Amino acid sequence: MSQRILMCGNEALGEAAVIAGVDAYFGYPITPQNEVTAYMSRRMAEEGRVFVQCESELAAINMVFGASATGKRAMTSSSSPGISLMQEGISYLSGAELPAVVVNVMRGGPGLGNIAPSQGDYFQATRGGGHGDYRTIVLGPSSVQELVDCMPLAFDLADYYRMTVIVLADGILGQMMEPVVLEKKPGRKLPPKDWALTGAQDREQNIVRSLWLKEGALEELNYKLQAKYKEVEKNEVLCEEYQVDDADIIVVAYGVAARIVRSAVSKARQEGIKVGWIRPITLWPFPTEQIKRVADEFRIFLTVEMSLGQMVEDVKLAVAGKAPVLFYGRPGGGIPTVEQVLEKITQLTIPDKKAPLENQCEKDSLTTVKKEA
Amino acid sequence: MKTVFSRTPTLKDCPTHYCPGCGHGIVHRLIAETIDELGIRGRTIGIAPVGCAVLAYDYLDVDMVEVAHGRAPAVATGMKRTNPDKIIFSYQGDGDLAAIGTAEIIHAAHRGEQIAVIFINNAVFGMTGGQMAPTTVLGQVTATTQQGRKAVGEGHPLQVCELLSVLPGAIYIERCSVYNPAQIRKAKKAVKRAFELQLDGAQGLSLVEVLSPCPTYWRMTPAKAMEWIEKEMTKVFPLGCFKS
Amino acid sequence: MRNMKMAGKIIIDTERCKGCGLCVVVCPKNSIVISEHSNQNGYFPAQANNTDCTGCAMCAIICPDAVIEVYRDDHIVSTEAGSKKSPVLTKEKV
Repeated sequence: MSQRILMCGNEALGEAAVIAGVDAYFGYPITPQNEVTAYMSRRMAEEGRVFVQCESELAAINMVFGASATGKRAMTSSSSPGISLMQEGISYLSGAELPAVVVNVMRGGPGLGNIAPSQGDYFQATRGGGHGDYRTIVLGPSSVQELVDCMPLAFDLADYYRMTVIVLADGILGQMMEPVVLEKKPGRKLPPKDWALTGAQDREQNIVRSLWLKEGALEELNYKLQAKYKEVEKNEVLCEEYQVDDADIIVVAYGVAARIVRSAVSKARQEGIKVGWIRPITLWPFPTEQIKRVADEFRIFLTVEMSLGQMVEDVKLAVAGKAPVLFYGRPGGGIPTVEQVLEKITQLTIPDKKAPLENQCEKDSLTTVKKEA
Repeated sequence: MKTVFSRTPTLKDCPTHYCPGCGHGIVHRLIAETIDELGIRGRTIGIAPVGCAVLAYDYLDVDMVEVAHGRAPAVATGMKRTNPDKIIFSYQGDGDLAAIGTAEIIHAAHRGEQIAVIFINNAVFGMTGGQMAPTTVLGQVTATTQQGRKAVGEGHPLQVCELLSVLPGAIYIERCSVYNPAQIRKAKKAVKRAFELQLDGAQGLSLVEVLSPCPTYWRMTPAKAMEWIEKEMTKVFPLGCFKS
Repeated sequence: MRNMKMAGKIIIDTERCKGCGLCVVVCPKNSIVISEHSNQNGYFPAQANNTDCTGCAMCAIICPDAVIEVYRDDHIVSTEAGSKKSPVLTKEKV
C-alpha cells in the first residue's frame, strides 16, 4: 500500500483528495492547475462521485457551497485570477459556517498576470479577499508530498471547524513531479453534521444562512466566529524550524521559496554564517509564537517570498519591533535562485545589539538582482 | 361544515414581511401546497434568493439555504449532484435570475440540471427600492428609469422563458401568472408539474416564470397591479408553455 | 319559503390581514368589504359579510397572506335563486 510513485503536484493533490473522501469536485480550467480538473474528471467518475466542469470559478465556489450545505465534502481548485472570483463565495461560506477546501495554485499577478509560479496571493488568502470579519485556514505546503498530506488535513480542519481551508500551492508545486506516498491515514474525530440540509424528515427545518437582520444577531455570530478562530490559533499552528538556536540570521519562507531558502542556508552555513530558517506551514494561523520566541534572542530576520513582500508583514507583527525584519523577493512570476538568496544573506551585516534599530533597517528595501542569463 | 380551504402545513403560520398585495405570498403558498400534496417535505431543500424573498425560509417549513445573489442555480447544482434523491428547488426574483444570475441559470439549464426553478417576475428590483430590472417593460418608470425605460441605452425587457427554451437541457418552461384565481390555479399546476418532473427523475431543468405584482414600486393599488399584469405585462411576457 | 342559510362561510384573521383588498375584488358575491377600523398593525383589514357566501374560496386563493379559511356545507341550497344547486365539493385544495 505504501508505494512511492512519481506524480506531478496537481494530479497528486487530486488523488489525495479522492483518498480523503471528497464527494464532489467543481472546477474551471485555468493554468497552471489544469491537470487537477482533467485528473478529477476521470477519477471522480471512476469512483462514482461528482465532478462538474462549471461555467466559471464563480459558479464553482457556489457549487461547493451547495454540496457543503448538504453535509458533503466538496472542493474546488483554481489559480489566482479564478480565486479572485471566488472571494464572494468564500465570504458566504464563512458567514454560513460551511466547510470547504479551496486549492490555489498561484500564478503571477495582478490582473491576468502570467502563468509562472508566484506567491502573490498571500494577502488574499490570509487577510481574506472577501468582505467581512472572517478567517480561512491557510496551508502552505512546500513539496508534493506535503501537498498530498495537506489534503486530508484540509478536509478534516474544514469539517471540524466548519471553515474554508485554502491550500496555497503555486505553479512550481503544481507542475513538478516528485515521488509521493499516497495512503489513507486515520484523521481526527469529527462532530456530526446535524446542521446540514438533508431534508427535514422527522425534524425541524435546518436553515443555512449568513443574513442576520435582527438587532445584535450578526454581532453575536461574529463573536462566535472569533471564538472559533481563537481555537484554531491555539491548536492548529504548524511550523518547521532549522538551526535557529545559534543563528544570528533567521530566514523565514514558505512553500517553494522555503526550499530555495533551505539550499541557500545550507550553503551559507558551509561558509560559516550562522543562519537558520523558519518555515510556516500554516500561514493562517501564523506561527506568531514561534517567531516571537526566536525574536526574543536578538537576531536579524530575512523573509524571502515570490512576491513584493506579503508574509513579511506577519513576520514583522510577530517580531514586534524586537529585531530588524528585512525582505528579499521577486514578484510577477520571478523565482529567486539559491545564489540570489545566498548573496542576500551574505550581504547582511550582523547588527550591533546596542545600535538603534532605525539605522539597521536601512537595508529594508527590495534590491533588484540582475537576472542571470 | 366542511373545510374547503385552510393553510397548508408547510406554509408557516406566521405574518410575512411582504407588502400588502405582493405576489410572493401567493407563490409561497402554491409551493407549500405542492410540497404537502406530493408528501415531500422531508426530502425537499429550497434555495432562497437575494431579494424580497430572502427570508423565504421563515415562511416555508423545509430545509432551506440562503445564497449569494444570482448563484442559486449553481448552488442547486452542487446540492442535486451530491444528493440525487432530494428535491431541490430555487426561488428567484428578476434581479437574482435575470440580471446577476444569467450565467448560472443558462448553464444549469444547458447542463440539464434536475432542479425546479421558480422565477418571480415583477418587472422591478423590489428589495432595494424599485430600480429597473431586466424585465422592466419599455416606458415603465422606476427609480433608475425616471423618464421611463428606453430601448436605446437600457435595452428591451428580457424574456427569460423564450431565452431558455432553446436549450435542450431545459425540459419544462412555462410562464404563468397570479392576477386572478383562475391564473393562480394554472400557476399551481405549473409549479406542481415542475416538482413532479423532478420526482420522476426527468433529465433536465424545469423553470416556471410567474408574473407577479409589486404594488409598492409600480405605485398602484394591489387590485390595479393585478390589472396591469393582465393587460400590460402579458403583452410583453406572453403566458403559456414554451417547452414540455 | 326561501332557505336563507348560506352555503359557505369564511373566517378572516383580521389581525394578520394587510388590507390589500384583492379578496374584495375577486369575490363573485361582493361579500367582502374593507373594514372601517384598523387592526393592531395599522392596516384596514378585509371583513367577511358572509351573507351570500357560496364557499367558492376565490378570496382564499388570491389572498397573499393566507389569512382566510373557507367552509362550505354541501346540502344547503343557496338563497334567492332558490333551486340553484350548490357547487360540487372538490377533494383537492384549490
